Amino acid sequence: MNENILLKVPTLRRGYRFQFEPAQDCHVLLYPEGMIKLNDSASEILQRVDGARTVGGIVAQLQARFPEAEGIEEDILAFVEVAVERFWIELR
Amino acid sequence: MNGSGSSFAKPGYEPGPPLWLLAELTYRCPLQCPYCSNPLDFARSHDELDTAEWIEVFRQARALGAAQLGFSGGEPLVRQDLAELIRAARELGYYTNLITSGIGLSEEKIARFAEAGLDHIQISFQAADEEVNNLLAGSKKAFAQKLAMARAVKRHGYPMVLNFVTHRHNIDNIERIIQLCVELEADFVELATCQFYGWAELNRAGLLPSRAQLERAERITNEWRDRLAAQNHPCKLIFVTPDYYEERPKACMNGWGNLFLDITPDGTALPCHSARQLPVQFPNVRQHSIEHIWRHSFGFNRFRGYDWMPEPCRSCDEKAKDFGGCRCQAFMLTGDAANADPVCSKSPQHGKILAAREQAEHGALGLDQLQYRNEKASRLILKV
Repeated sequence: MNENILLKVPTLRRGYRFQFEPAQDCHVLLYPEGMIKLNDSASEILQRVDGARTVGGIVAQLQARFPEAEGIEEDILAFVEVAVERFWIELR
Repeated sequence: MNGSGSSFAKPGYEPGPPLWLLAELTYRCPLQCPYCSNPLDFARSHDELDTAEWIEVFRQARALGAAQLGFSGGEPLVRQDLAELIRAARELGYYTNLITSGIGLSEEKIARFAEAGLDHIQISFQAADEEVNNLLAGSKKAFAQKLAMARAVKRHGYPMVLNFVTHRHNIDNIERIIQLCVELEADFVELATCQFYGWAELNRAGLLPSRAQLERAERITNEWRDRLAAQNHPCKLIFVTPDYYEERPKACMNGWGNLFLDITPDGTALPCHSARQLPVQFPNVRQHSIEHIWRHSFGFNRFRGYDWMPEPCRSCDEKAKDFGGCRCQAFMLTGDAANADPVCSKSPQHGKILAAREQAEHGALGLDQLQYRNEKASRLILKV
């Protein structure tokens, strides 16, 4: 199951936009009439969602970027699962 | 347009940023919905901000943190500069929402707005069947046009919200309403039971559904939610109950001047769409900067914090949760905007809400007795 997800390419759902908001000093996900404030780890992940990288590719990049952090893969998979469930992203 | 003038900011109180900017571009509208949230005396003013003034409002609000921008009205499509406003807003980084009846929309405009950077289109329906829809809208062709435009919106790749204002004359068709929305591939569906402001308050006796009607509609909505979830269907149903059936008031606008900034066609800035009726002086963007309006104006500070509250709110342990409810509702039902919202069962005037519920059970008014929202009626109301 997990291996399967690692090979998939996440994309933002149509109409969803990820951007940095200077006034809130954080990244947000904007969608019709709504906004989700993202924490640092969610924004690190979504910054790498570009319609080309696989989930596995994002995991590898973040492991390289934060070598001292433990359980990065589990955290990313958990986030992807929630984001898919809430229809923020789609896996192809 | 500078920030001069005295400050009414409350010491120690830091309002949140105006994340939501609603641009009511015009009060002009081809429809006549009897539950319109526009002020009853909208005919008083035909003065509208021009293109450059609107873009300056967008720029200043964006600098304060506004991220969502709704183009609303009236019917925003009657503004000839809409594409230009969309482009400017999008370039400033807004998520841009067009809130329209669909009347006056065309496939050509949908494509042009997409090119200008419009993010989302919301179309409002009056009912799921042609006859009631057209009767409520006051237009014979409205329904067919809305269906065609909803399909075109999806064809052009926009996310789409469909908004159905429900009331006692259409809520029993909720099954058909949801079915239609799913067929039209709506991403979000707002099943919003009338909130009683503006023209809806005037027509309350003909609009408020009975408790049984409401409970049935909510049950059917929940059944559809389960069905959609089982199919992993992305369509989300949002059911808004009228607060007339609650015992505690809503946290209106997430607190006064704390999230939402409404600019009316003539540039008057309001903390919510219906606040214009309150006996409170509100600032205008032609005289003051958005920063001054948001932080320092009398109107936006009038009901911030808790020191303005009389009893029973003042000593209530729930005041930080609901801020005493809605100021407009308090004003309309008690004559004093500082009073507890009568929806609250602790309000001494809660009986007014109970009486309205009672009227919804017996003696409600028919469709033919509603006062439709149009220029003529508005002028008559002005004379009273």
